[in-house]
Amino acid sequence: MSVDLNMQVLIVDDYKTMLRIIRNLLKQLGFNNVDEATDGSMALQKLRDKDYGMVISDWNMEPMTGIQLLREVRADSRLKNLPFIMITAESKTENVIAAKEAGVNNYIVKPFNAATLKTKLVTVLGTF
Amino acid sequence: MGAGMTATVPPELVHRLSALKGRMQTVSREEIADVVTSLLATMEGDLSDGNLKVFAELESLSNYILAAKSEIAALRPDEITARHLPKATDELDAIVGATEEATNSILGAMESLEAIAGELPGEFGDKVNEAVTQVYEACNFQDITGQRITKVVNTLKHIEEKVEALVSAFGDEIAKYKKAHPESDETPEDEKKKAPTDADLLNGPQLPDDASKQAEIDALLASFD
Repeated sequence: MSVDLNMQVLIVDDYKTMLRIIRNLLKQLGFNNVDEATDGSMALQKLRDKDYGMVISDWNMEPMTGIQLLREVRADSRLKNLPFIMITAESKTENVIAAKEAGVNNYIVKPFNAATLKTKLVTVLGTF
Repeated sequence: MGAGMTATVPPELVHRLSALKGRMQTVSREEIADVVTSLLATMEGDLSDGNLKVFAELESLSNYILAAKSEIAALRPDEITARHLPKATDELDAIVGATEEATNSILGAMESLEAIAGELPGEFGDKVNEAVTQVYEACNFQDITGQRITKVVNTLKHIEEKVEALVSAFGDEIAKYKKAHPESDETPEDEKKKAPTDADLLNGPQLPDDASKQAEIDALLASFD
């Protein structure tokens, strides 16, 4: 199955510079429809209002964290199968386990590079 | 205990103490020792050797605590919460702000370069794009340093709470110290009134709100002409 590069991708991070970096790297990979949110609650509202093909989210945000967003997504009958990648500086084993148990599709530790991002996208979405 | 002791002082001892009081200048050391021994003997039953030792220990402990309180007051923990910690927090916030601004400028420049790269012939465009990607990756630092600094700020806030509790507990001692050492209570405004020393002039970068703009510096320089 080929990846739809025109899908809406939602990136979530409380650091505007990080949103800009991820957006630019996604653009280099061919994803041009990128939307942004600065915390989990804003992201959840967007996900409920519109159709997205994937979420790439930070963990440490207020008021709603990335892991809370992930749990909300997996608990929502319409969103539960949405590909969800965590990009975070939280690199402890217990964080990765908690994210996996909550249903994350993949996990990228900051600082990350473009090659890692592409590898994880291919793992989650398939070759593009 | 005191009332009991008074009640059991023998009349003979009272008489000897009164006699000593009458000739204070000529009393010998032996006579004083004799009276003290008699006095201690009257306390027998009320104050044992063990009790005396405990009393001495408590007195020593009390003196130690008083000295420690004075020393802590001299450290001026109130200044730590009123001046030093807020200043440190402001400086760290300024670092986050400055790195964010710089990172945004770098990203903006890279986006312009990326757009130009699309117009360059094959290999040149690829090379420029490769370099741009490396800069995007390097800009990760702003998020990481920002999060680390936030952790430090939270730690400082925790220290501030603990020091505030200390200030509250030692409030009287600090007030006494400030009264005895008014020079220790100088505010930055007081310090500014004095001619600055070379050390005073080593302040490092100013916080954005405090920093002079180039135009203000030029105006100041011009005022010397």
